[in-house]
Amino acid sequence: MSSHSCHLKGGRLDFSLVQTEAQDNLISLLKKCPGPKAIVWDNSLIGPVDLVAQNKVLKEHSVMKMFPLQPEPFPEVDVAHVIFITRPKLHLMDYVGQNVRADARTKTEKQYHVFFVPKKNLLCIERLKHIGVFDSINLVEEFRCELFPFDADVVSMEISDVFKEYALENDPTYLYQTAQAIISLQKLYGPIPKVWGKGAAAQQVWDVITRLQREKNNNVTTKPNQTSTIDQILLIDRTVDLITPLATQLTYEGLIDEIFGINNSTAHFPIDNFLSSEERTSESLSEDKKQIILNSADKLFADIRDKNFNAVGAFLSKQAKTISTQLDNTQERSVQEMKLYVQKLPQILVKKKALSHHTAIAECIKEVTDSYDFLDTLQTEQGFLNCIEDDKASPYIEDLIAQEKPLVKVLRLICLQCITSSKLKPKVLEHYKEELVQVYGIQVLQAITKLEKVGLLKAQSPTCQYANLRKALCLTMEDTSEINPTDISYVHSFYAPLSVRLAHKVTKTGGSKLLKKVLKLLPGPTLNESPAVPKTLAKSDPDAPQVVLVFFIGGCTFAEISALRFLSQQEDTNVEFVIATTKLINGTSFLESIIGL
Amino acid sequence: MSAAMLTADWFLLGRDLYFRKFEIYTMGWHQDINLENFIATSAPYGGPIAIRRDEQKFIKVQGSGQPIISIFSGSGKQITSFKWTRRPIVCMGWSNDEKLIFIQEDGWVVLHDMFGQYLHTFEISKKIQDAKIIDARIFTNPHNQTGVAVMTSNFKIFLIKNLQDPKTRQLSELIKSSLHPTSWVVISEDNNTEVLIAREKELFRLKQDEHHTSIMLEPDISNNYSSILEMAVSFNARHVALFTDSGYLWLGSSNLRTKYCETDTNIIHKPKQLVWCGNESVVAYWERDNTLFIVGKHGQKMMYTYDSSVYLTAEIDGIRILSNTQHELLQKVPDVVQKIFRINSTDPGSFLLEASKHYQKRSHRANEYICLVKQDLKKAVEQCIDAVGYEFDTEVQKMLIRAAQFGKCFIADMDSTKYVNMIRLLRVLNAVRDPKIGIPLTFTQLQNLTQKTLLDRLITRKEYYLALHIAKYLQMPEEEGSSHILVHWAKYKVSQAHLEEETVARVIAEKLGYTPGISYSEIASTASQCGRKKLAIKLLDYESKASEQVKLLLELTENTPALSKAIESGDTDLVYMVILKLREKMALGDFKMTIRAFPVAQSLYIKYCKEHNTQALNEIYIQEDDFSAQAQTFIMESLDEKKAHMRDSLLTSAAEAYRKGRKDMHASMCDEYLKLLRYQRSLDEKLGQPKYVGKSVHETCLLLLKSNDVKSAEKFRNEYKIPDKRYWWLRIQSLAHLEDWGELEKFSKGKKSPIGYAPFVDICLEKNNKQEALKYLPKVSEDLKVKYYIKAECLEDAAKIAFEQKDIQSLLYVQSKCPSQSSLSEKVNSFITQLDNRK
Repeated sequence: MSSHSCHLKGGRLDFSLVQTEAQDNLISLLKKCPGPKAIVWDNSLIGPVDLVAQNKVLKEHSVMKMFPLQPEPFPEVDVAHVIFITRPKLHLMDYVGQNVRADARTKTEKQYHVFFVPKKNLLCIERLKHIGVFDSINLVEEFRCELFPFDADVVSMEISDVFKEYALENDPTYLYQTAQAIISLQKLYGPIPKVWGKGAAAQQVWDVITRLQREKNNNVTTKPNQTSTIDQILLIDRTVDLITPLATQLTYEGLIDEIFGINNSTAHFPIDNFLSSEERTSESLSEDKKQIILNSADKLFADIRDKNFNAVGAFLSKQAKTISTQLDNTQERSVQEMKLYVQKLPQILVKKKALSHHTAIAECIKEVTDSYDFLDTLQTEQGFLNCIEDDKASPYIEDLIAQEKPLVKVLRLICLQCITSSKLKPKVLEHYKEELVQVYGIQVLQAITKLEKVGLLKAQSPTCQYANLRKALCLTMEDTSEINPTDISYVHSFYAPLSVRLAHKVTKTGGSKLLKKVLKLLPGPTLNESPAVPKTLAKSDPDAPQVVLVFFIGGCTFAEISALRFLSQQEDTNVEFVIATTKLINGTSFLESIIGL
Repeated sequence: MSAAMLTADWFLLGRDLYFRKFEIYTMGWHQDINLENFIATSAPYGGPIAIRRDEQKFIKVQGSGQPIISIFSGSGKQITSFKWTRRPIVCMGWSNDEKLIFIQEDGWVVLHDMFGQYLHTFEISKKIQDAKIIDARIFTNPHNQTGVAVMTSNFKIFLIKNLQDPKTRQLSELIKSSLHPTSWVVISEDNNTEVLIAREKELFRLKQDEHHTSIMLEPDISNNYSSILEMAVSFNARHVALFTDSGYLWLGSSNLRTKYCETDTNIIHKPKQLVWCGNESVVAYWERDNTLFIVGKHGQKMMYTYDSSVYLTAEIDGIRILSNTQHELLQKVPDVVQKIFRINSTDPGSFLLEASKHYQKRSHRANEYICLVKQDLKKAVEQCIDAVGYEFDTEVQKMLIRAAQFGKCFIADMDSTKYVNMIRLLRVLNAVRDPKIGIPLTFTQLQNLTQKTLLDRLITRKEYYLALHIAKYLQMPEEEGSSHILVHWAKYKVSQAHLEEETVARVIAEKLGYTPGISYSEIASTASQCGRKKLAIKLLDYESKASEQVKLLLELTENTPALSKAIESGDTDLVYMVILKLREKMALGDFKMTIRAFPVAQSLYIKYCKEHNTQALNEIYIQEDDFSAQAQTFIMESLDEKKAHMRDSLLTSAAEAYRKGRKDMHASMCDEYLKLLRYQRSLDEKLGQPKYVGKSVHETCLLLLKSNDVKSAEKFRNEYKIPDKRYWWLRIQSLAHLEDWGELEKFSKGKKSPIGYAPFVDICLEKNNKQEALKYLPKVSEDLKVKYYIKAECLEDAAKIAFEQKDIQSLLYVQSKCPSQSSLSEKVNSFITQLDNRK
């Protein structure tokens, strides 16, 4: 096992299996094209695929060159095969067509192949036929990589438009794909004996799974021989909890995502903070961004990622002290101790480097979190979440609009107000709309209509949904410690993610009574089934900790992940959560995907 | 049963090669069938027998002159008979999958099933044209498929290697000569199928290459002859036998390079049949005196005489001999059987059998025999188990099984798997050998045929019940065994036109349920082929595989059910498949009506149109009265640079659409935008450069203010109803932009600010003008005051105010901003303690 996948092991489910499976799949596909080859990548896949098959592996299978898939043709290369690896998207098919046609004019004879991730698509093939390149393509294959492993407890499908397509466009394509992803998980980790879900999408995904399993049982006689390692799956339709993504995440990892954006476990930071003063003055800056990989392979990051940012500073300085004591006072040591010290030195130095990185990152974050802008926004959010002054137009939002702040930021706050308020008058909403249109232009109507359609923008819910939920599920906690948290609300400093509260209640024994009342307040059907699992495959030890897979359909935030991890770590719990999602999101990326920016 | 009895049907060929010939059935057919007058043919692997009258023999014919084809089972039970109404038959035979093949004089091949049902027909080659077919051979190729070869009246030979995939090849031609061919055989080896043909004394090999000229072959035949009368190829195509007109039988390799022997038969007529018996010996049969002549590869011979005509069928492990009364098997005695039953055998198996027999008789000698094989007991048991497979007689089977069982008792760790498997297979063999079924299959044949094919044969015979039992008994996987059988049963049920649809569907579903491996679409497809569309649709309801279901429903032009099933499946690829198919097949109006009943289909089609056909998209929006979507489309278009010239009309249309959809607010927004656009144009015209067009109301006003045109801005603001608050923002922003601080101050003093004075501070700080900012600090509202003093870095004042406000929180905050150990920090500290004490 390469060091590349170490961080995937060690959880209750070995997610390196997901990686190996995907990698083997890709290699077997590459073997179908013997000889030197070039890969032309759909840009959205480069990052995720790197999580399952690194360049080194590809090189071993004679991949000589890699290019991004663009309308402009890739440069001339001397290879036997050109493989386009792409999501089944229509506009990408046009790119493939343009590339193939341009390259066919070059002298070297080549074979062209298209690998779809994870599934072929009728319309794409029709498109290739229509533009007249289908016949020039030798192999049309499926690189069946539905899930990309992010960490020992997180996998993601990495498709950003899932929520948009099912909630806005009524297109169930990705729900089908989600179902297939869950089936592929069951293939690796055994049948799941308990299912709970909430929301229309959850129901639909489960229906498809049941259907596909029936189909599959009819085809394959060799029954899966993997015993159950997942005790329960929770399917959470994002529609059920639209509040959480809108609230600003206040964990370390969450803030990095909110401020700098994390893509495929990688984030870019302004390089200034990472340089010593000497380096800063020297003019040899080749890059203006520092790229850092963020996963649990970095031990220090694993320790602080889930902490509230306010607890991070103290932790880092404590670490710094330990390291400096380790490095200092070398004089008073015996030869024996010295030897031990030298042995440990590389480790300590790695730690030191990580520490300096995270200290720098923390500084970058602090610059933002200390800004009035950030604090004011946070205060407004908290006002909404605490159901204070929620029925009038917020002067803060009005000011933001007047100052032409980024549209998504404004919409994020308006949406939060709409969802949390129980008395918001249509008049107020109309006022917001007028303001938005006057400031940002008529095209805003498009975004507004979309948000209205998915239920993010609406006036006055007669059920006082949020207020009731807040009371029933204790969604806001006034007195939680950010440093030594006792409740998941620490991830937003005082607001507990609704989705995670639900997951907690569902998996806790005896929480069902209260839950019934709560579930009535939430949209969509509730799913609660125990599909029959062959006795031979049932888990042997019923007292062992329960592994619960929480699958967020429509995306989940880092704060939600942190909250679930927090629950797993509680001493009085017998539940361990692993997380799957269609995409890792934050409020901004979530809204951007919906309004199609 | 004594040893002598057991070997009574054995005979020696030469010195040490044992053969045996024993009856498997007494033929159940009517006495009046005399094989002498018939041409018979039997399918390999104990398949059915077909007979027709030999037209070259004179007998009294009843009824019309049309030939009658009769089909019997191996035990002589009549299955069917039918009149031949087609062209004269040159050759009749069976394929390996038990289809009856007729090769007609005119070059057409006709296939029937074993129940006499016509299946299909095809022409061998257009090239045959007027020439007649004069002779034909049916052969098995190495892939166990059946092929045919025909000879035309001008002695050309055409070949089809596999009837299931009839591709005809013409073979190379003979060198021209006045002589006529005397005999020919097909040698089908690996990928090479050739014909060995004799023309009197000459011998040729014809290849699958029309233009290849054949060279005369000269087999090493020592006895003089003038013509090769008959030839035969062994089952594995490695050996050939040639019969010359001097009565000699020559055996050798099929490439004619090796000669095994040359034997005098003392008969110089052409034999009626010349057949290899396994790969060891050749059997020649002369009808004239009903003689069978068996010749081994080393020249050993043996002769049998029958009292009436017989017919020989080659099997891989022997020959079946069909006579008027009997059905016999002639084969080399399998080695292991020989070892056990041969007189004076000293093989362990033989001793074990003896021991077992004595044990049955309760004789102590059992012990003596066991002692003899003590060392080899395992082998002995295995021999008995192996041998039992070759036996047809159930008594002998029992005897051997008992011996094996007896021997097993003495072995501590005997693995019984083989024993159990053999008994299972034996029961199956006995079941199919039963005269009612009439398949005289040997163990070797079963191994070669595979169990699955045996099931298929039972299915062909409609012995579903037996097949089902066998499949369960042999523990075959469901999709090969029970499911497979049930599907065929269901297909048979479906094809019976007299049964009522509702019942058939119900009966089938009851029996098949959701068993793994059942393909309802396969059954439904059969139903539809039988013209029972309704039944097919009913059956498809049970199909679990959505893609199959949808495909067939589409074929049946069941559009709506196809669409609804596709949507149910959740697989949008299927839905798109249906949508595109329907779009192609249906009239546009019908198509639209069909899909609008399915919201998912409708949304997918809309999405499709967005990508492919915006015209159609608008039509749908209009059809659905979706005014909001129409308006959206107009707005989007109006923003398109390429359609700048249509902007006004597009915005008007958008407003209209919104109005129709009762979204008056949106409509008036559009109107306002149109108005704005016109105003901006006039501004740009005045300016002589594009500056305003495309900007929002807010931006336009800001631009006006920034160009210091406050008058126009005021007017603009009133016209577009920019709220007071936002207008204040615009004013201070523009003034800060112009850095007109005096004007800003004047403005601040004019009216009471609706947005407070904090923005004034902010805006000055933004421009790094702390001096100006200080002017507005005192006017900031009380609750924001501390914060703004801190913002402006007036920490000391901030601390004072916080202290006055008795706000510890703010004080703590101020403290966090102070440089540590400064005098200010101490001061703040003292404030805090004071406040604390006052509490």
